[in-house]
Amino acid sequence: MTLSPDDVRDVLRALDSSGLDELHLELSDFTLTVRRHGTSGWTAEQQVLRTPSVEQATTAPAGAAERPRHRAADHDGAVAVRPPLPGTFYRAPQPGAPPFVDVGDDVDEDTVVGIVETMKMMTPVHAGVRGTVVEFRTDNGELADTEAVLLLVEPAPGSSGEDGTGGDGDGAGR
Amino acid sequence: MRIRRLLIANRGEIAVRVIRTCRRLGIESVLAASDADLDGLPARLADRVVRLGPAPASESYLDIDAVVAAARSVSADAVHPGYGFLSENAALARACAAADVVFVGPAPDSLEAVGDKLSARRHAVAAGLDVIPGGQATDLAEARALAEAIGYPLLVKAVGGGGGRGMKLVRSAGELSRTLDLAISEAAAAFGDPRVYLERFVASGRHVEVQVLGDGSRAVALGDRDCSVQRRYQKLVEEAPAPLLAEQTHTAMARAALALATHLRYRGLGTVELLYDRQLRTFYFLEMNARIQVEHPVTEMVTGLDLVAEQLRVAEGLPLQLRQEDVVLSGHAVECRINAEDWTRGFRPSPGRVDRVVLPAGDGIRVDTHVQGGSVVPPHYDSLLAKLIVHGTDRADALARARAALGLLSIDGVDTTAPMHEALLADPEFTAGGVDSTFFDRFAGKTRLLEVS
Repeated sequence: MTLSPDDVRDVLRALDSSGLDELHLELSDFTLTVRRHGTSGWTAEQQVLRTPSVEQATTAPAGAAERPRHRAADHDGAVAVRPPLPGTFYRAPQPGAPPFVDVGDDVDEDTVVGIVETMKMMTPVHAGVRGTVVEFRTDNGELADTEAVLLLVEPAPGSSGEDGTGGDGDGAGR
Repeated sequence: MRIRRLLIANRGEIAVRVIRTCRRLGIESVLAASDADLDGLPARLADRVVRLGPAPASESYLDIDAVVAAARSVSADAVHPGYGFLSENAALARACAAADVVFVGPAPDSLEAVGDKLSARRHAVAAGLDVIPGGQATDLAEARALAEAIGYPLLVKAVGGGGGRGMKLVRSAGELSRTLDLAISEAAAAFGDPRVYLERFVASGRHVEVQVLGDGSRAVALGDRDCSVQRRYQKLVEEAPAPLLAEQTHTAMARAALALATHLRYRGLGTVELLYDRQLRTFYFLEMNARIQVEHPVTEMVTGLDLVAEQLRVAEGLPLQLRQEDVVLSGHAVECRINAEDWTRGFRPSPGRVDRVVLPAGDGIRVDTHVQGGSVVPPHYDSLLAKLIVHGTDRADALARARAALGLLSIDGVDTTAPMHEALLADPEFTAGGVDSTFFDRFAGKTRLLEVS
């Protein structure tokens, strides 16, 4: 069981008339701590501890097929482009549209090479380096954390070859 | 049909909200959760959890077959779709009917009637509501004639758009041709529907909406809400009732909303969105949302109703138990949407692990949330973490209580918009009430200037 907001309110009403400033309740599957904060009111901190047991829908679609892992090709000196935020990586501005860039394309620091969707917000990914796209390491529609390598860029002679992240553009809402 | 087992085909705080009503009414709650949500707070609170599919919404919360399969596999009597995702999807409503499962929402034909912007506009006109002067334009000649009639500036809107997407401002006749072409091609690409329509541009408008509830033959209006504090068409703060409106305006808005609900023979919970023109002091129909809304708690606070319970009741086919004269509004309520975003960095999303959640509690305070210490907020879905809802005797009292409550709230581990709400609640223009939908950008700009100086 857990306490409903109404239950918590009843507890507070009882405490209000008592002199108590704090109450800690510990049950098998939840804990609750309520605290008085002078005249500004009360706070509640609740923790539901149960572990849900998950049923499978009888005809539920199977889990996403394991995507083929990319061959870690040998690209010595290539710069890894990583997403500025964790999210779903898209190679094109919208489904069906041509990709922002492809293997073999030349890019500079500000070239948009993809977008990541994080919590419904779209953030452009910039190459961050001048050079040539040599490989994609993350598929279109794949989730990428900020450590993930989206693609590799072979830096043009004379440009900095530091491992960079894909710029922090102003997120464009969609 | 009596609902004894309810499948909740949604996530986040609205899933928790529906579970609470199930518990109160003795209904067994079954949460249909994606892989990203199997261990979240809603899953821990539900009586049962059934796996819906992989984390991407397109393979879980937006997959009609998966939702119906989940409902069937647990023998649910009904499906509650929450808001967003498939909540207004007529195909899901039909698929539920075919599977002999109650869809907690309006009939498919109502969903279709209000789901298309032009169709909604036609129904509103038929029901006697004022719409913003304008109409569909299929070619330049038609657009020119229409534009002459409604005047400039005007908006070109995509029929398939919404939430600010697919909308363009035309300042003068010289811009019309180019903007129309662009709007049509962009609408075709973005929404797969090239249809556009023109509308007079309202320079200073407030977003006011009326909550309605119908049983298919009769409807009641449950007061209005003001949702004008928005950023990029995303609501940030809502309140009920809408402040600083004449009593006859409240009455006229309720009457208009009821006329539309009656015209549609509407069964379910719905919201009639209106645009209140601050200069002309009149209002127009915008659209109708055929679902429960994020901001429903402010209406619950001032009416004392449980809107989810009312929604389940009419979904069971029962007649309304409320008469219009039973609806009595008391006091004023405010809701602050607390999102996992850093508002000082362009509202940059902040998914990740929540370390600790301490919430204000007490009379007149309600927090609807789906996070607790240890929760992981996935990047796949929206950024809403919690809604702080505060009820006061009047608007000033509600705002004062909201300030105190906000001071006691802490959600650690991710960035949240709570500091933005503290700044908003201290802003004189917001405090005065009745701001228009351009207010927030001015406020954000002003606040930034203050930070720099």
